[in-house]
Amino acid sequence: MISLAGRDILHSWGKFVFTGVGLGLLIGVTLSMAGIYRGMVDDAQVMLNNTGADLWVVQQGTQGPYAESSSLYDDLYRNLLNMPGVEYAANVTYLIMQVGHGEHDVSTMVVGVTAGKPGTPGQPRYLVAGRHITRSHYEAVADITSGFQLGERIRIRRNFYTVVGLSKRTVSYNGDPMVFIPLKDAQEAQFLKDNDALVQQRRRNAENPAFNRPGIPDLLAVVNASQSANTYVNAVLVKLKPGTLPEDAAEPIRRWKRLQVYTRTQMESILVDKVIAKSARQIALFLVILSIVSAAIVAFIIYTLTLGKIREIAVLKLIGTKNRTIAGMIMQQSIALGIIGFVVGKITATFWVPIFPKYVLLEPLDSIAGFFAVLTICALASVVAIRMALKVDPAEAIGG
Amino acid sequence: MSGKGIHIEGLKKRYGEGDTAVHALRGVDMQVAPGEVVGLVGPSGSGKSTLLKCLGAVIDPTAGRMVLGDEVIFDNGWKVRDLRALRRDKIGFVFQAPYLIPFLDVTDNVALLPMLAGIPNSKARAKALELLTALDVQHRARAMPSQLSGGEQQRVAIARGLVNRPPVILADEPTAPLDSERAMAVIRILNDMARQFETAIIVVTHDEKIIPTFKRIYHIRDGVANEEAGEGRGFE
Repeated sequence: MISLAGRDILHSWGKFVFTGVGLGLLIGVTLSMAGIYRGMVDDAQVMLNNTGADLWVVQQGTQGPYAESSSLYDDLYRNLLNMPGVEYAANVTYLIMQVGHGEHDVSTMVVGVTAGKPGTPGQPRYLVAGRHITRSHYEAVADITSGFQLGERIRIRRNFYTVVGLSKRTVSYNGDPMVFIPLKDAQEAQFLKDNDALVQQRRRNAENPAFNRPGIPDLLAVVNASQSANTYVNAVLVKLKPGTLPEDAAEPIRRWKRLQVYTRTQMESILVDKVIAKSARQIALFLVILSIVSAAIVAFIIYTLTLGKIREIAVLKLIGTKNRTIAGMIMQQSIALGIIGFVVGKITATFWVPIFPKYVLLEPLDSIAGFFAVLTICALASVVAIRMALKVDPAEAIGG
Repeated sequence: MSGKGIHIEGLKKRYGEGDTAVHALRGVDMQVAPGEVVGLVGPSGSGKSTLLKCLGAVIDPTAGRMVLGDEVIFDNGWKVRDLRALRRDKIGFVFQAPYLIPFLDVTDNVALLPMLAGIPNSKARAKALELLTALDVQHRARAMPSQLSGGEQQRVAIARGLVNRPPVILADEPTAPLDSERAMAVIRILNDMARQFETAIIVVTHDEKIIPTFKRIYHIRDGVANEEAGEGRGFE
């Protein structure tokens, strides 16, 4: 049986290819949007994976440290080390900061980790260059996407840090590169005031009779020192002994230490269902809109192409062509347009994804699902043109 | 294809109902023998196209009887069930404009009908080439319709009408877009084909040049057809 759709496409291939390319760019954008969502989820998972933690211990009643703020004393980890099933426990702080790089600022997540203990929870697992933090102060390991170079000095608040190592795919849940610095520096940076503020604070303390008592001359110095120090961390990351179930270790901590504990599954759920949920919904809405626009474009193009063949369709019907054959011709053309569009879209998306500032993950399964979605949309979009073609009266081919 | 040509008795067609009803055909009788070419002439609005549409199984008559070839296709309200197959197998159409399918080459334009009927592509194309050769356009077999002259296009359209060897061909002003020479050539071809394949052909025309070539003419006016002897001059 002759393929009428195939012959028509070959006859006017330029029209089909150009239309397919236009549609393909739209499909490319749609695939990229799906990739952006996948990238966001992957960023969140990578961040959790990179911590190497099995449990996140945070302030009671909070969903920290990523979804909301959490504050714990920095000596609490010692208690946790004695809990059943716990192998390691390490303090960690997270600060979202703009770190100066040349004339620009780089949006980063500064992570305070225990210096000199690579392999403990919170530390970057692998480095692509340099070494881990070994000194207690003023060293940093940065994700390679931050643009920082080995040996470069970067400024965080009032202090300068030397980049001693570079890591890869160590990003926050929103894709910002992480900069790891010693925990003490991070704690200081979290609440570090500028000099003017410090002077003002000390003047206020000195003028406060409760703090500046003539009979207790050291009290003022102690108050000033306590207000300048930060003994809090955002979370304690816990690694469990092999064979320990996370929930079995979490329950005693919740019960006896009266702290909030999240397992890996729960933490992923907080990130995906709460922290990036709104962005995901936004992207999903974009996907729906783009799908509708694609369908409308395909429907319009196929309708227009069919409109230009009304007389031929009337002749075909008059000489005895079955409705099924005519409908098949239109649907095949629509699907062919979709296939051209998908191929173009997939190629363009693959080429432009590396240019995106955020991580875009094109999953093969998403592409397969996208391919079938395109075919379905094209098949549905051809319905309008098919309805019009089937309504054509074969008598139109005869004059009068 | 041998057959009994066209036989119409008391064919009526009414559009609408009541006071607004239009009687397009008021009892038309017509016979066209196999191998015969007759002319159907009449002013605009006389009912020519309605008669052609009834014969082409595109619209249903209101009353009367129609026999195409050896098959009764309409008998006072009863009609053949599969009109599409009837049009494909029993009726060939030649239109005022050739209306060739622009994305098929000449051979496939002609071979399309047998292909649609389920005949293998190679056999359908062989049949098409045979007809194209008979119509002297075999040298354009691989050309696209847009590459043909008006006369060549009309010959290909005739080949398409004949390819299934239908007992009946309905030609709707087939010479309208052609000059005298080409118009005469088309009528000559239709006559040759009618004789060769024993096909009954009705040619609707306004063309004063070709009317004298018919041996029999039906004049239709106000839905009534009157048979007249034509001049039957042949083709100078």
